[in-house]
Amino acid sequence: MEFVVIGLTPVAVEAGPLHRQEIMTQWTIDGVREALAARKISARELAGEFYARIAERNPALNAYLTLSQERAFAKADEIDAAVADEEMLPALAGVPIAIKDVISTRGVRTTCGSKILENYVPPFDATAVARLEAAGAVILGKTNCDEFAMGSSNENSAYGPVKNPASCDRVPGGSSGGSAAAVAAGLAVASLGTDTGGSIRQPGSFCGIPAMMGSYGRVSRYGLIAFASSLDRIGPFATSVKDVAIVLEVIAGRDPLDATSATAAVPHYAEQAAKSVRGLRVGIPREYFGAGMDAEVRKKIEAGIEIFRGLGCELVDVRMPHTDYAIATYYIIATAEASSNLARYDGVRYGLRAKGDSLLAMYKNTRGAGFGAEVKRRIVLGTYVLSAGYYDAYYIKGQKVRALIAKDFRDAFLKVDALLTPTSPVPPFKLGERTADPLQMYLADIYTVTGSLAGVPGISVPCGKVDGRLPVGLQIFGPAFGEGPVLQLAHAFEQAGGASL
Amino acid sequence: MKISREDVVRVAELAYLELSEAELEMYRAQIDEILEYIGKLNKLDTSNVEPMAQVLADDQSADATLREDVEVACEVGPEVLRGAPDTDGIYFRVPKVIER
Repeated sequence: MEFVVIGLTPVAVEAGPLHRQEIMTQWTIDGVREALAARKISARELAGEFYARIAERNPALNAYLTLSQERAFAKADEIDAAVADEEMLPALAGVPIAIKDVISTRGVRTTCGSKILENYVPPFDATAVARLEAAGAVILGKTNCDEFAMGSSNENSAYGPVKNPASCDRVPGGSSGGSAAAVAAGLAVASLGTDTGGSIRQPGSFCGIPAMMGSYGRVSRYGLIAFASSLDRIGPFATSVKDVAIVLEVIAGRDPLDATSATAAVPHYAEQAAKSVRGLRVGIPREYFGAGMDAEVRKKIEAGIEIFRGLGCELVDVRMPHTDYAIATYYIIATAEASSNLARYDGVRYGLRAKGDSLLAMYKNTRGAGFGAEVKRRIVLGTYVLSAGYYDAYYIKGQKVRALIAKDFRDAFLKVDALLTPTSPVPPFKLGERTADPLQMYLADIYTVTGSLAGVPGISVPCGKVDGRLPVGLQIFGPAFGEGPVLQLAHAFEQAGGASL
Repeated sequence: MKISREDVVRVAELAYLELSEAELEMYRAQIDEILEYIGKLNKLDTSNVEPMAQVLADDQSADATLREDVEVACEVGPEVLRGAPDTDGIYFRVPKVIER
């Protein structure tokens, strides 16, 4: 067995012919930039090393669906030229990054984990991708995900599940399972995922790496292939909170191409993350610590909370009375919005087109053949809750309860600077364990969907492992556009050894 | 039972989804269970609550997120058409619509 150090804990890596070194170097953003500036490695060599790792480990993990070597090496050469000319290197110079396959990359196949887009090549870049590249990032390829970002285990991909690098019989979480697994396995220095009900935070928790979603509107959704337009967010995975902060800062900010992107200024998140947390008030919402949590997860989370006490934070008991209604609310709103957003997959302009005698037959056959079961299920449910006679009882009701959930957060943030909760009620479960009962899978999201509905930012940071093997995540929520305090607390927790609990 | 087979057929028709008999029954049963779960929202009195139609707070002023309606040339037309299933070089070509 070889060992790779992820965070503060060694993680076993399957033995195999390793490229160049016996132990894989864990690269960070600073590490890459320093090594490039000092000419210890070229950007092209570094990209090559990551592609060699991918060739070796991706078959077992299935984290990547598409590799973009041409684009990656072109950017690497650009960076190497900048190094040779002794130019100032941009924030992500030469940093190998993976992109979840629901995010558009011009000229690079983008499938959304679905057969209906099996050969779709976007004619434009998502703003988040363009910003990463403008900052010098080397885009390695596209990562596997649940189909159209619908899922909590990456078992809904039309291209096979992703395996959790921490334990190959376990799910990596979803829907951004590929992005999380790629970073956790050393196949990318950072990655972009998307979060609608927990799809960044939960895979981060399951794979044992920091993972963040900024506030709704923090990062432009232009180029993010839509699932639920009032919930979708793009956010980073990395191996350290500092790197998460750096990537978030690069991609965040107002975009004229996304009318829902916020005008709020983007602070220097990495600087903010390094600030002391002494005196910050952290809320412990009672509703997140009830019967649904696994006993081993509870032990880790409670130990994690003690770390904040030791750091000089004030722990405050808070109530968020509508927490228990969040899953029900989410599965009305998200499915309703999905049924609308997925109406465009009709075989007319892009993607799969099945044969049909008439236009209507073509639509039905295309969608029948192209969509997987979970997608169909959510389209049916979403259409139902929006249909005449049910719209008020379900969709409007759901939007009203959403307002109550958002108010729970606003009320809590009058008393505290951040909230601490578990990310997931259970450690990473086994492949196939929850696939028979959709509702059981939905209930995996009980701690994450609340923040999604409220629009607030949230991070998951590693908080120990059950049996020394199965990662646990601690979730920190902040107020809208309060990414700073969230990162501060996450960083302090990481520095205090939270991952080794 | 909250949802019938006829409900699923009707909704699938609205969503242009072709579902087999097996799929119809599977989704009916699963969605029935989910709707049962969703029913808990009826325990809440929301008569004085406004639906949360927008996420961004009031201070992300609507004015700031509107722009002038100005035409901008699209340079990716040819690329888009190249990726389409069937075109005549200008239009997307589809089977005839047949009156139902």
